[in-house]
Amino acid sequence: MAVSLVHSPALLLPVALPLATAALTLALRRNEPLRDSIPVIGSLLTLLSVLTLLPTVQDGTILCFTVCTLYPGIAVRLCLDGMGLLFAATASLLWVAASVYCIGYLKTLQEHAQTRFYVCYTIALAGGLGAACAGNLFTLYLCYEVVTIVTYPLVIHHQDTAAYQSGRKYLVYLMGSSKMFLLAALALMYRLCGTLDMNLHDIVHGIFPATAQRGLVSVAYLLCLFGFAKAAIMPLHSWLPAAMVAPTPVSALLHAVVVVKVGVFSICRVMLNVFGTDLLMYLNLGTLTAGFVSLTVIGASLIALIKTDLKARLAYSTISQLSTIVLGVSMLGHAGITGGLMHIAHHAFAKISLFFCAGAVIAGTGITDITHMAGIGRRMPITMAAFGIASLSMIGIPPVGGFVSKWYLASAALDLHSILLLGVILVSSLLNAAYFGEVFITAFFKGGTESSEHKGTCEHAPLMRCMVVPSAVTALLSVAAGMYPDLILSLLRTRL
Amino acid sequence: MPSLLFNNPGYPLLSMLLCLPLAGAALAPFVRHQKSLRLFGLVVTVATLCSSIPLYTEFDRAFAGFQFAEHYSWLSVLGIDYVVGVDGISAVLVLLTTLLMPLCMLCSWREVQERLAEFIVVLLLMEAALIGVFISLNIVLFYVFWEGMLIPMYLLIAIWGGPRRDYASVKFFVYTFAGSIFLLFALIALYVATGTCNYPDLLSYRFNPRMQWLVFVCCAIACAVKTPLYPLHTWLPAAHVEAPTAGSVILAGVLLKMGGYGFLRFCIGLAPHAAQSAAPLMTAVALVAILIGGCLALGQDDLKRLIAYSSIAHMGFVVLGMFMVSVRGTQAGVLQMVNHGISTSALFICVGMLYERTHSRLLADNCALGSSMPRFVTLFTLAACSSFGFPGTNGFIGEFLVIIAAFEKNIVLGACAVCGVLVAAAYMLRAVQKIIWADRPGNHQHGAAIHKVLSDINIREVFVLAVLAGGIVLIGFRPSVVLDMTSASVTMLVQRLSG
Repeated sequence: MAVSLVHSPALLLPVALPLATAALTLALRRNEPLRDSIPVIGSLLTLLSVLTLLPTVQDGTILCFTVCTLYPGIAVRLCLDGMGLLFAATASLLWVAASVYCIGYLKTLQEHAQTRFYVCYTIALAGGLGAACAGNLFTLYLCYEVVTIVTYPLVIHHQDTAAYQSGRKYLVYLMGSSKMFLLAALALMYRLCGTLDMNLHDIVHGIFPATAQRGLVSVAYLLCLFGFAKAAIMPLHSWLPAAMVAPTPVSALLHAVVVVKVGVFSICRVMLNVFGTDLLMYLNLGTLTAGFVSLTVIGASLIALIKTDLKARLAYSTISQLSTIVLGVSMLGHAGITGGLMHIAHHAFAKISLFFCAGAVIAGTGITDITHMAGIGRRMPITMAAFGIASLSMIGIPPVGGFVSKWYLASAALDLHSILLLGVILVSSLLNAAYFGEVFITAFFKGGTESSEHKGTCEHAPLMRCMVVPSAVTALLSVAAGMYPDLILSLLRTRL
Repeated sequence: MPSLLFNNPGYPLLSMLLCLPLAGAALAPFVRHQKSLRLFGLVVTVATLCSSIPLYTEFDRAFAGFQFAEHYSWLSVLGIDYVVGVDGISAVLVLLTTLLMPLCMLCSWREVQERLAEFIVVLLLMEAALIGVFISLNIVLFYVFWEGMLIPMYLLIAIWGGPRRDYASVKFFVYTFAGSIFLLFALIALYVATGTCNYPDLLSYRFNPRMQWLVFVCCAIACAVKTPLYPLHTWLPAAHVEAPTAGSVILAGVLLKMGGYGFLRFCIGLAPHAAQSAAPLMTAVALVAILIGGCLALGQDDLKRLIAYSSIAHMGFVVLGMFMVSVRGTQAGVLQMVNHGISTSALFICVGMLYERTHSRLLADNCALGSSMPRFVTLFTLAACSSFGFPGTNGFIGEFLVIIAAFEKNIVLGACAVCGVLVAAAYMLRAVQKIIWADRPGNHQHGAAIHKVLSDINIREVFVLAVLAGGIVLIGFRPSVVLDMTSASVTMLVQRLSG
């Protein structure tokens, strides 16, 4: 498909609106009801600003806007193509749900420092949208680091010993890897290519000149793979379970959608638009990556099985699913890339529902451990039904979203005639079924009458509704994405 | 060589910049009241800042030689003329000096109460001497200012310093003076060899290798003490810890830059072949400074010591860039000098503000300020981010260009430089984390109890930090404001190296 670059200042809006929201939230911190409603309005406007760009991008146009140039080849430049729009739309759509959910969660649990929470939360979202719209590696790196630094106050929100310990781990892993590996990778790439711009026209050629030393290119690639530690590929994964000490809305939107997806998205961007499939195939780096992330796909699922804390289990599930995305793209074929990239959205819809449900259970009953959840399905039927639907998406059962991406992934493995990779995808689905099934069965079919001191449901309280409704909506989004996959496919088709 | 000299505005701008603070220093003792004295100092430094603006606006960015030049015969028999002029490199340093001085006045507003008239005089003399160093094009004149600057700095530490001021001021004086002896030796050798003291004339000579090595080694020792490079750095933490805030700001902001400036002017400018041959050694020394400075900063509990050691690491980056023998590297080195001047000054001013409130510079006494001083911690975090090279701040682009230049030279070199950035992130984030939150809940409550009475920074203090924060963000996104000015001069310098 012919690709045309169009200069468009409208591209600033998806980044500027969340920033403006954050500023307004801070300015109105004295008026609590008003302050709480600002993120809802801001998220709606942001979603609108992303959706208005949808038709243009669907036509195969790439929107670009250069904010400023720092040095030849290093600029702050926003570019939006189908892949970026998919991530931006997913993040801003789920932000709407999460901003409603935040009100319910923070109020029910009477969390402290709510203004700080909202401001950091919103700036992190701006960073995520900036990464989605990043037109070159410098902008991507800038947004990546902004996300790291503003999510730190959210991770240590409770300011107790556990929070500080996790916060330190979070910074050491994310800042350490980006300074150690990513910065070196950027400097190396600048040395080899003379620019940090990406090749957005196709995914085949990348930016490396034919004369670039192959050994150095491989080193740069590996540095990127480990530098984007937000993708939580083992062995750089343990910051993510640690980050679960944060309040649940953070785990839901940031540590299941924005933060981790910024990492995965960055890796995909670098693979497709910086190195290009030709070079990766020539250097056998695609196969290497696929094999390497397969270990994480299976390993993290196995660890999830033995975790009884619900949020920890979800965190390990996230680690496994993120690597599934990278696995798809690293197969370097049409089906694999499509499956991998669309799983960014499908996993986001499902995982945010799962976290929303986990948070609603915490807020409604105070239960965090799966073994204590017997009979909870009767007290919180809508919540746990949403949990069930989202689980189906994670496992990959039709007609829910996850099925479509897993279908593409499996067919990509077949295209490569790789029984091993097909086995990895199928076994991980099986493991998903095992650990999500246990939660579902415990919630609905265990416990019986012992918990009869709690009569009726606890979902009717007004603040609980703020949590239950977003959970249900995002679960339904998963179903919609599975039944109408064409929208996402049409966006990705512009790229392939 | 007249083609190297050129006066753009047609009036003696540089002499004005030199005389304004001198005149101010002469008049200050006649001002009576404390408040009017402070205002007087501020007005003089702001006037100097305003008159230095043409240095930026009128600067011919395509001209590689010396601009705004003035040449008056003085002691012609001895070859001592009054020659002043700036190229891109010195122009940005003069601008940095004139920008920092009003901020020094403002940040000492409450801190200095005793012997105020003397304090203002010393600061103004210091400004004149620093401007003099950067604009002198006669090596004798240069040496006079280079040494003359020691006296006000010595007084600043020895009179308004902390409890160990005697030790620190003497150590500072002995180290830098001992280093300067070598510089004097090299300058005399240059005069004997050529019979001229004018720098533009010296540039036209091609010295033989022995002479070049003599000049290089002598000047390198003098500059290595000033910069300072490991292991000649030990005077710096002592001086910083004892100096008043304004002293620390000048010390870190401008004084250290004299070392870097000397490297460019004398070591690289006059002894290019020796510099070329010594480049691997100098890179190694710079890397040691980066890594050891960073590691030492990691273990500090005193905030001023922490920033002092971080300065050593940052100046290591400056020297590393300069000795990459490439336009990119040298440009990055100069840019990094400006960056360090801005961000480290901001950090020292922040520590000064903390000290005024808690009367301690220890991290443990200054933790958990996030809720009581939100404005302060925001600006402090920005300055710290700049210090560890967060993208979007000036520190990032400076260090990144140095790292690119290092990678262009050698992969291992680049990898070592990256480790320096990693260590910087570690010690800066540790400090930021403790100042905002403290890392133990008990510590937090203890901090909260003590700091309940602390007031957030006032408008004057916000203004001081906001000016520097503006610089951090401006250069972070538009480094061309500095790079355009230095580009022509740096290109010419590097051509001398490789030509």
